[in-house]
Amino acid sequence: MKLTINGKNYKISAEPETPLLWVLRDEIGLTGTKYGCGIAMCGACTVHVDGQPVRSCSLPLDQVEGEITTIEGLGTPEALNIIQQTWIDHQVAQCGYCQSGQVMSAAALLSTIDTPTDKDIDEAMSGNLCRCGTYPRIRAAIHDAASKLKDA
Amino acid sequence: MGKILRRSFLIGSTAIAGGVAFGYWSYKNPHPNPLQKSLNPDQTSLTPYVLIDQSGITIIAPRAEMGQGVHTTLAALVAEELDVALKDVNIIHGPASKAYYNAAILKEGISKPSTDVSKGAERQRAFMDIPAKFLGMQVTGGSTSIPDAYTKMRKAGAAARIALIKAAAKEWNEKPSTLKTANGHVIAPDGRTLSYQELAPLARSIKLPRNPALKPKSAWKILGKSQRRHDIVGKSTGTALYSMDVRLPDMVYATVKMNPHIDAGMKSFNADHARTMAGVQKIVALDNGIAVIANNSWNAFRAANEVDCDWEPAAYHTSSEEIEKSILNSFAADFKDSQFKNEGNVTKIFEETRSGENTLLEGTYKVPYLAHATMEPMNAVAHLRDGKLDIWVGTQLPTQVVKEAEAITKLKEKNITVHTTYMGGGFGRRAEMDFVIQAIKIAKIMEGTPVKLVWSREEDMRHDVYRPAAMAKFKAVTKDGKISAIDLQVSASSVVDSQMGRIGISIPGPDSTIAQSAWDQPYAIPNYRVTAYKAPIMLPVGSWRSVGASQNAFFQETMLDEIATAGGMDPIAMRLAMINHEPSYKVVETVSKLSNWDKPLPAGQARGMAFCLSFGVPVAQVIEIEQTPDGLKLAKIFAAVDVGTALDPANIRAQVKSAIIYGLSAAIMGEITIADGQVEQSNFHDYDAMRLYQVPAMEVAILENNPHIHGIGEPGLPPIAPALGNAIFALTGERIRALPMNKSITFI
Repeated sequence: MKLTINGKNYKISAEPETPLLWVLRDEIGLTGTKYGCGIAMCGACTVHVDGQPVRSCSLPLDQVEGEITTIEGLGTPEALNIIQQTWIDHQVAQCGYCQSGQVMSAAALLSTIDTPTDKDIDEAMSGNLCRCGTYPRIRAAIHDAASKLKDA
Repeated sequence: MGKILRRSFLIGSTAIAGGVAFGYWSYKNPHPNPLQKSLNPDQTSLTPYVLIDQSGITIIAPRAEMGQGVHTTLAALVAEELDVALKDVNIIHGPASKAYYNAAILKEGISKPSTDVSKGAERQRAFMDIPAKFLGMQVTGGSTSIPDAYTKMRKAGAAARIALIKAAAKEWNEKPSTLKTANGHVIAPDGRTLSYQELAPLARSIKLPRNPALKPKSAWKILGKSQRRHDIVGKSTGTALYSMDVRLPDMVYATVKMNPHIDAGMKSFNADHARTMAGVQKIVALDNGIAVIANNSWNAFRAANEVDCDWEPAAYHTSSEEIEKSILNSFAADFKDSQFKNEGNVTKIFEETRSGENTLLEGTYKVPYLAHATMEPMNAVAHLRDGKLDIWVGTQLPTQVVKEAEAITKLKEKNITVHTTYMGGGFGRRAEMDFVIQAIKIAKIMEGTPVKLVWSREEDMRHDVYRPAAMAKFKAVTKDGKISAIDLQVSASSVVDSQMGRIGISIPGPDSTIAQSAWDQPYAIPNYRVTAYKAPIMLPVGSWRSVGASQNAFFQETMLDEIATAGGMDPIAMRLAMINHEPSYKVVETVSKLSNWDKPLPAGQARGMAFCLSFGVPVAQVIEIEQTPDGLKLAKIFAAVDVGTALDPANIRAQVKSAIIYGLSAAIMGEITIADGQVEQSNFHDYDAMRLYQVPAMEVAILENNPHIHGIGEPGLPPIAPALGNAIFALTGERIRALPMNKSITFI
């Protein structure tokens, strides 16, 4: 099985029904994508497949069609994506465990709607659970990132 | 983690719980600096909190970073006095060591409420450092990290700075008093400079001052100002390391399947089929279940599902109804645990009230068990080889990890290394050792090979140590628009007995967490009695963010609202008239102004308020709600808190909002129920939490009238459930006496 992840090609030998999440984490070592629930209820495992947000815990390897982007592919500490930079500016994270998924969901939202309303944000982000309750800063950061992306 | 020590703790005794004996001499002798054990030749450790080498300055922040921002604020305490910019230091958790014992964890257990700052009370608090030191627990909990560290970590920074100045003075042959410091350098009168890195080796032989002077608040450059979190870049880029993310060469992956009848054993198991499944290396019996070792987590999970286990039955009641009956039956003399408050003559007032001229109110409240449901399920990585054990774990209690590892592996402490990682939430759950013990045992079975143990979310939900289910009964009498008597009784399983029992410590006397924030509220009521009853331990219970205050504020503050509304009194005016503690008065007054309490809301909207003093912090909250065609909407929340000294305002506001949202999840939808001796909930579909669209705008005011500094991880939580319930009553006339609220109310 071949996968393209963050622009790199990988040959994967895991069983075809293995969820993408565990291929990323255990087989490849891309641990930025997190395990939270395994049933697509918390969004911690969100990655992009061809730009679409996907819960990787519930996507079997043999059903992956398209190029995968994970949090590591969005940006790095040395080369931050604008959304990650905004997440830093707003000091969004607390425990931080859900934030990879939050950032990936926000990035998918901003790639389809350049100026999301509060209602757009409500809808796009309701699948991402945060037990620390960083939601007010997530909302503020998305609005801010939207205006920064327009200026960029 | 809650208060470990109860008010009945034998102060001054020579032997305490856990079999630790101590004397004054050894108390005065500090625990050795653990950093000295493993220094490279180029490294200098001036105190247990400061490590300097050629790569720079590292500050040890020896508390669990589980989202509360504690690493940043603890490092700020050292950096302020050391005179270095926070951005120029590295911050690490550091090793597990008694040197990092928590001296504040026992202080709230004394027999005085936190509002009492008399000499006697202060002496009792100061004395609690002695048993705390001998317990030697490096523990994060009870909102104590900041009060514990406030003086000692500033002193560590100040002492290190003095040593560096003395080293420079020697080098330059100048008087230390002529030298200054700035940004990690010592500066001579003529402008020459030496960096702390250059000076560190020379400072090694200099004796540190024991009691260095600290800067006055007015000179603070870092403290009191909002800081950028040290962990923020890692946590925004997926590069922060949680134990879940640790990868070692040749590591194998394990999971466990435990008896759903919690703590009961396993009669037998059949893994014949599971052993043939892809990637499975080993399946073994482990305590109350089985462990699967495989080539990745998912193969371990699915093989565990295929193992047939024959479980022993539960030792506790097998249904929520029976458990509730047991809590109710515990309102009896045999179960009486404490009566910390008994003012006036409550019995006499109730007898007189039969005449009918005063208003008598009665009510019963109840709350369910709650899971912690941290975002990161329980997990740990352990590697036992060549007579050494390394364990990577997100833990609130690293010194206990060492003890458990010693017991399992028979290794000496010096051969056990605990790497405390970031934690994907803690809330009290990561003060537990269950998953740590399992990881070490599996590492022993797999000796030579590193093992990552990951619990599935289902195991995590069904094998928590829960916030106890609890009940309360009250009677109150009002006369002439004032409360003349309150009798409040609460019943719950003991968190202290359950939690401390699991680490082999037993403490005699009552458990003050059962009555926490019920007996010690700053209300002057002439006849006021609070009695706590200790229900049997059924499900294992543990410290859950704000512990006993999480249920008792709901009881106490719903009761006060019932009294206020029945007597036609304004809930805020009624509280202000009877609060006898200035900082508490001010937070209520502030939230009243902030929320425009006196300004009526349009039809279809209402507000409710509640107050709670917990962990020394008075907090008042007002919530506005609105009826919409789709259900009840939370519209706005206002909070006022008093932490005494606000070290990082932005972080304090974040913690208060965080606690409110965690509390709303519990109030609105949180419930763990039992059927057939098992927890019925298993994942976020049936144990959900607040989502972004449900959370309203919030405003937090921070006050600093409290005479002591206090922590803020927990105190924001307790008032929100009663504030919301009181708002619902104001809007609909329906009184919420049981949680969660979504059983009777439809929310958006």
